[in-house]
Amino acid sequence: MLTRSLVLSAILFGLGVAGVVVRRNAIILFMCIELMLNAVNLAFVALSRAAGIEGQIFVFFVMTVAAAEAAVGLAIIISIFRHAETVDMKNFNLLRW
Amino acid sequence: MILDFASGLSYLWALLPEVVLSLWAMLVLLVDVFQKGERSEASRPIVTWLTLIGIVGAAAANAWLLTLEETTPTGMIALDEFRVFANFLFLLAGALFVLISTRYLEQEHLRLGELYALVLLATVGMMLFAGSRDLIVIFLALELMSVAVYVLTGVNRRDRRSAEAALKYFLLGAFSSAFFLFGVALLYGGAGTVNLALLARSIGVDGLGANALIVAGMALLAVGFGFKVAAVPFHMWTPDAYEGAPAPITGFMAAAVKAAAFAAFLRVFLTAFPGLYERWDDLVIWLAALTMVAANLVAVVQGNVKRMLAYSSVAHAGYLLVALAAASSLGAASYLFYLVVYTLMTIGAFAVVFVVGRRGEERLDLDAYSGLGWERPLLGVVMTIFLLSLAGFPLTGGFIGKVFILQAAVAKGLVKLAVVLVLTSLVSYWYYLRVAWYMWFREAPTPEAAAGVVASPSLRFALVMAAALVILLGVFPGQLLELAERSAAALAQAPSPFLGAGGN
Repeated sequence: MLTRSLVLSAILFGLGVAGVVVRRNAIILFMCIELMLNAVNLAFVALSRAAGIEGQIFVFFVMTVAAAEAAVGLAIIISIFRHAETVDMKNFNLLRW
Repeated sequence: MILDFASGLSYLWALLPEVVLSLWAMLVLLVDVFQKGERSEASRPIVTWLTLIGIVGAAAANAWLLTLEETTPTGMIALDEFRVFANFLFLLAGALFVLISTRYLEQEHLRLGELYALVLLATVGMMLFAGSRDLIVIFLALELMSVAVYVLTGVNRRDRRSAEAALKYFLLGAFSSAFFLFGVALLYGGAGTVNLALLARSIGVDGLGANALIVAGMALLAVGFGFKVAAVPFHMWTPDAYEGAPAPITGFMAAAVKAAAFAAFLRVFLTAFPGLYERWDDLVIWLAALTMVAANLVAVVQGNVKRMLAYSSVAHAGYLLVALAAASSLGAASYLFYLVVYTLMTIGAFAVVFVVGRRGEERLDLDAYSGLGWERPLLGVVMTIFLLSLAGFPLTGGFIGKVFILQAAVAKGLVKLAVVLVLTSLVSYWYYLRVAWYMWFREAPTPEAAAGVVASPSLRFALVMAAALVILLGVFPGQLLELAERSAAALAQAPSPFLGAGGN
């Protein structure tokens, strides 16, 4: 049971990583990052059965942090949308090496 | 006073500097709101003074921490000299930021109160980040610091570069936090605890207690830290974020945020994973070598001074990783010493960049520095000192720092890595000295080219102080090094095969 939950969590996390690497829309990138965080939450809950109740408490912390990140992240996305009228990462090339 | 953390009050005492600074951030925010009636009105100078007073107050509380003792070295928050040293470093960076930024922020029509409150909160995050022994608290502190800095990066909403930088920084920062958090989850599953000292105990001195989950968790933590300290190949966000952010904030990010990530990196890997050194040393060595080589080579071709300094800060992450790879008390001490020097010279150099850049930061190219030394002698001299120190020229703090790092690396037998450090430093001479050459040996294109390049009194004070300290540390490094050694030894309270063994 534990192994299966952990594998599921790893798969979700991997999907999130793949999404961040492949996709170019800022909102979708952000959603993929949230998917990664929630994959971790699943791992915490699954592990808390064996490792103790703290795992479930950590989930609350992670959810709070994710909410704070969402607030700031969406504000930043809006602020760039006002300049560029798009949220597609391939248009953001003012800065380059 | 001896704290046993049996009651909540103990935590209040142990966290006093952070508590003071958090409350002060709220105060600054409120004062700023009540100060201005009209929206367009600028913040009053009182906000700046208040912020500085708050930083001094937190520093006093921080010094008071030295009188406290903890009963066990497994508390959630560390009460050791390492934490006090790191806290002083972050507060110094915060104070320098306030001193250099006032005029710039007014001229860009940014609100001081909001900004300073965010800087204070970011500093609280850094202090907890470097001072905690619990991976969940470390994660929360990391986020507290990062979220504040994302906002700071994008604070200039009229500038598209700023918004772009904030977006890139935010996405990659949140991405790396997720890796860090997954690492924490795996460690929690593998060892049943997220306390660094207890983790070290369950892994054992020889690393026999480690299972697959612990090793994987450690690797993910290293990836998360790699992003935060901007080590190649996890540095993609750095040049963009550093170039796009307003320059004083870039200086704060490049110095304080990176120092905090490095301090936490050191604490986590030296207290929790000394038993697994054989498994992580190769990783850190490769990260260090790649970072030094790639960053220095790319910096050579930069024509934009701000971007060049961004790559230079990536290169410095490589030098610091060498000290981490040495994993000895000497390595940790040289690491702390270098962090101090690095903070001073980085914030100073970025301060000169935005003064020369003038309104809207339009003049960032090398040409803007032509003849600057003769037109504005003070700026020219301090910038030259910072550049020489960044390059590692004898008689500057940067040189001494590099010598200590080399010493630690050689004592540990990392001779090849030491050679890479020396060679890449030689490469870096080219791009640092090129700026100095432009300043002193090039004619200014027009006599009035330097018009509008004005440094405010507080900025001049901060620059002179930072430059003087850089020189002072280069000539008399003894005292700070002793302090750094004592602070680094504090990490060794948990049984560890490396720290306290005198570099093996």
